[in-house]
Amino acid sequence: MIYEVFRQERKGQPLQHAGTVNAPDERFAEIYAREQYGRRQESVSLWLVPREAVSEIEEFPDEFEMKYRRVDGYSIKARLREARERAGTLEAAPEAEQTE
Amino acid sequence: MSARADLLISIADDELFLGWRNSEWTGIAPFLEEDVAFSSIAQNEIGHARALYELAAVELGTTADELAFDRTPEEYRCAPLVQLRRLEWARTIARHWLYETADELRLAALKASDDPEIAGIAAKMDREEAYHRMHAEMWVDRLLCSDEGRSRLNEAVDELWPYALGVLDDELRPELRRRAQERLGRELADVEPVSRGVHEVELAQLLEEMTMVRRSAPAGTQW
Repeated sequence: MIYEVFRQERKGQPLQHAGTVNAPDERFAEIYAREQYGRRQESVSLWLVPREAVSEIEEFPDEFEMKYRRVDGYSIKARLREARERAGTLEAAPEAEQTE
Repeated sequence: MSARADLLISIADDELFLGWRNSEWTGIAPFLEEDVAFSSIAQNEIGHARALYELAAVELGTTADELAFDRTPEEYRCAPLVQLRRLEWARTIARHWLYETADELRLAALKASDDPEIAGIAAKMDREEAYHRMHAEMWVDRLLCSDEGRSRLNEAVDELWPYALGVLDDELRPELRRRAQERLGRELADVEPVSRGVHEVELAQLLEEMTMVRRSAPAGTQW
């Protein structure tokens, strides 16, 4: 059985997908996950989820191409610049924000 | 040599040889996940051996490496159980389980030692051995739940049983028997233990292999 393994690196952080273990049951899976994803102190928590327990969605139809729902083409950079110009804070803004 | 140093070296030799034997599965274990887990257990055992040798080395005025690698085969104190080369999975699991069951009893006794260094190292080892026991127990359960697994495990345990008794001193053997019999749900033979001090031919062969690199370069070589 395949178990999807999620790993938390530090307390408070989200658990992120780390990989899988192949094991005959949950007990084996826990031991194997501990060895593969925890033995170097790289995790503070692991979640094991049988693959069949995962609901997957992979179709996202967009027959009418409703572009107005998307955010691409909406330039934050240009609008931020305009707003800063209006507020008179353009020069004060740090470089990193300007080149977003 | 003091009784203390003798005790430390006996257990260190057990852990070193078992670690080495278990590592013979690295790359060829029945499946990938087990390969990683069993190799990790092997590394832990060798880590325990190092800590025990270091403690003995302070008392004997030598080093852990010299104790681990530079003795003659006759000087090793490991139980014959860990000397055997048994590259067959049922026997490997049977040995692993028998050793961990015996080791749990031995560590419990050492944790109660008046010597704070021995009690401390035993407690530290036991925290890792707990995971080795979980691993061994889960395999025993797995093997016991099918006819083929049960018969292969039983056959392997019967073969190794005199050796398993030899891991422990006289006073702990009855408890090992009680636990093993209860777990397997059957009687185990009343046999003469193959005790520490017996040297199987496989010991010298393993030592030869284990020290090959060390012997190839003069002491003190920097890698």
